[in-house]
Amino acid sequence: MAISFQNALGIHEKALHVRTMRAEVLANNLVNADTPNFKARDIDFKSLLSSEMSSQSAGRGMVATNSRHIGGASQSYQPELLYRTPLQPSLDGNTVEEQVEMSRFSKNMMDFQASFQLLNSKFKGLSKAIKGDL
Amino acid sequence: MSLANVFDIAGMGMSAQSIRLNTTASNLANAQAASSNIDEVYRARHPVFETMRMDMMANNNGSMPTLADDASMGMRVTGIVESDAPLVRRYEPNHLKADEEGYVYYPNVNVVEEMADMISASRSFQVNVELMNSAKQMMQGLLRLGQ
Repeated sequence: MAISFQNALGIHEKALHVRTMRAEVLANNLVNADTPNFKARDIDFKSLLSSEMSSQSAGRGMVATNSRHIGGASQSYQPELLYRTPLQPSLDGNTVEEQVEMSRFSKNMMDFQASFQLLNSKFKGLSKAIKGDL
Repeated sequence: MSLANVFDIAGMGMSAQSIRLNTTASNLANAQAASSNIDEVYRARHPVFETMRMDMMANNNGSMPTLADDASMGMRVTGIVESDAPLVRRYEPNHLKADEEGYVYYPNVNVVEEMADMISASRSFQVNVELMNSAKQMMQGLLRLGQ
């Protein structure tokens, strides 16, 4: 029986990817903390991951049972960037709250480490199964 | 790879903040540079920050999602403007550069404002360093995957 990486690794691979994307968005917020009129943004992790998982389970695209069927093109999902509502907007139109963004960035990093740890243990389990020793 | 973009973003932030620190240093150094001619007096300089927009679609080469192409990425300094605050005119007849009436013009540098700006710039720079370190840790972790 062949090992399907898609089944073996599960959600963690996708989660890791979404975490890196979120790190990028949050880093951008922090860098623009002094830019006038900059609006802080973020990705909704939950909705993005669920759409990722559903596109995975749907098998990407439609199944053609007849030669005249037109296969639907699998489209890559564009994560929706939302705007953050500031607790206290500043005078220059900037909505970045540095401390809040920093804590979110740190938390995102910890979540990344968690996903990484889980993914790593999946790989360890696989290699243990291949070698057969405990 | 999104993590590589964090390095770019933090790098742009660091260079912009160092330009800001540079202008602050220039303003503070020239704060007492008096002149007899109103056109030759040093004026306080401030950088203008702007969010940079990058076309992310070029990176979209697989099924993995990338950020929407209207996502703003990084920032830059679009220019340095001179302050149009009124100059300080002082009556100092003994000054070497005093004009016929005994007045000298001092730059419109607000030293207190500049000090606050300096602290803000160095803190923002530190945040960028922190970002880069975090991205580095995440990337190093990924390289150890499966070991």
